[in-house]
Amino acid sequence: MSDVSLGKSVAFRGGGFAPKPHRWVGVLVFISLILFAEWGTRTGWISALTLPKPSDVLQTFQELYDSGLLFKHLAPSLSRLIVGAAIGASIGISVGILIGLFSYIRSGLVPLVAAIFPIPKIALLPLFVIWFGIGEGSKYALIAFGTFTPTVVATYGAVDNVDRTLIRMGQSFGLSWWSIVRKIVLPGAMPGILSGLRISLAIAIILLVAAEMLGAEYGIGAYILEAGSLYDLERLFAGVVILSLLGVLVSAVIGLVERRLLGWRT
Amino acid sequence: MDIRLDGISHSYDTFEVMRDISLDISSGQIVCIVGPSGCGKSTLLRFIGGLERPQSGQVLQLGDPPEGCLNPLTYIFQDFALLPWRSVSGNVSLVLEDHGIKGSAARKIIEDVLARTKLSDFAKALPKQLSGGMKQRVAIARALAVNPAVMLMDEPLSALDSQTRELLMDDLIDLWTRQPFTAVYVTHNLAEAVRLGHRVVVLSRRPGRIREIVEIEKPLNQREFGDPDLDKAQKHLWQLMRDEARAADAELINV
Repeated sequence: MSDVSLGKSVAFRGGGFAPKPHRWVGVLVFISLILFAEWGTRTGWISALTLPKPSDVLQTFQELYDSGLLFKHLAPSLSRLIVGAAIGASIGISVGILIGLFSYIRSGLVPLVAAIFPIPKIALLPLFVIWFGIGEGSKYALIAFGTFTPTVVATYGAVDNVDRTLIRMGQSFGLSWWSIVRKIVLPGAMPGILSGLRISLAIAIILLVAAEMLGAEYGIGAYILEAGSLYDLERLFAGVVILSLLGVLVSAVIGLVERRLLGWRT
Repeated sequence: MDIRLDGISHSYDTFEVMRDISLDISSGQIVCIVGPSGCGKSTLLRFIGGLERPQSGQVLQLGDPPEGCLNPLTYIFQDFALLPWRSVSGNVSLVLEDHGIKGSAARKIIEDVLARTKLSDFAKALPKQLSGGMKQRVAIARALAVNPAVMLMDEPLSALDSQTRELLMDDLIDLWTRQPFTAVYVTHNLAEAVRLGHRVVVLSRRPGRIREIVEIEKPLNQREFGDPDLDKAQKHLWQLMRDEARAADAELINV
């Protein structure tokens, strides 16, 4: 028993299959990719037409900031994004909850949503211009429409997943229908709704560029499209970087909301 | 307020679950319902509280619920059914809010029921921080808050380990001794049935019928773990059930 040399130690074969977050690794990947591009463009191994020099992009960005044009482009884009996404997400969540709760609405609207979902919303842009005018209306509508469908699908899925025993509990204590929806169904569906919002808000950023294709003087999308048509790769990339940062920001905000609202999760 | 079950029969499609169950539940008594798995004990409990409707027969309330009773028929569920996003006191206040009880009136009730279930120190805790036994005590506190006429308990201790079960049985007996309540207690655990039941109703296997009703005379607060009288009663119940349980176990499940 006490003589360790007699036995063979049991080989460890557990562990793994449990990824843990390491913050700095993500940053490292970004930095090394950028350094690689910088090195490639400086040595001439990557031609200037293939990829702009990251330091040049940074310089363009600096100029954009110094000239004050950055905020001139950012402000209208942000307001389009916020208004459009807010309209789309709030209608999407309401319709999703109705689909989750009522059989007739579910039977009637689920096929409709499935039919609308795969339509490239950009293709409908001319239609939106006719319906809502060339101004801000059509841009709001396009972004709202694009955010609506993924939000609906995520929301009714989340409502379906709410623990039925909790709803039975609510009924057994004589809670009103509205109380059950507000205090049991809605908070129970919140995790699914928020993870749906991650996707639909990313789609909203994608559609922002499409919305600014027509009749927008200022806006990140307009800036990128103009740079693209002039083949000004530095400005194009500066614009793209802004969109990426916007995406990271939105995802961080949702993460924050999740941590505040979903602290109860185990 | 008494409850009378009058000739209750039920089947799902062609699948007969229970047949002609008539039973009186008189006020101040704990009636335990035991039976082999699939005999429809939990379904019967859902009929009593109006969460499901039997195909024939009816459940009657005899007399009016006592004054101050917010929800006459109140369940305690096996899986606790606590809202994970609400704290202990929030879970209790949930069932008061719909009756317009808010502010200091609600606080008084919540403090009282949490004290009765020994949870006063955990009012702000979330369900995820609590052990199984504490979660079920929160559910009991929530049920007490609406001052029920009849408590409908669906295997309330089955999700707990055996030590916690003993402790909670003592708690239930304490609660009953201080203020007798009426309860229908569904369980598959015969030890629980003889500890807590004034009457134990034995159901046969599917289709469930009342096989026998065993009265246990000994007062609740004199029943103890390993009591010889209770052991005798438990043995008697097991003899009634053994063959049924074996046959029920050998059946194919097609629900």
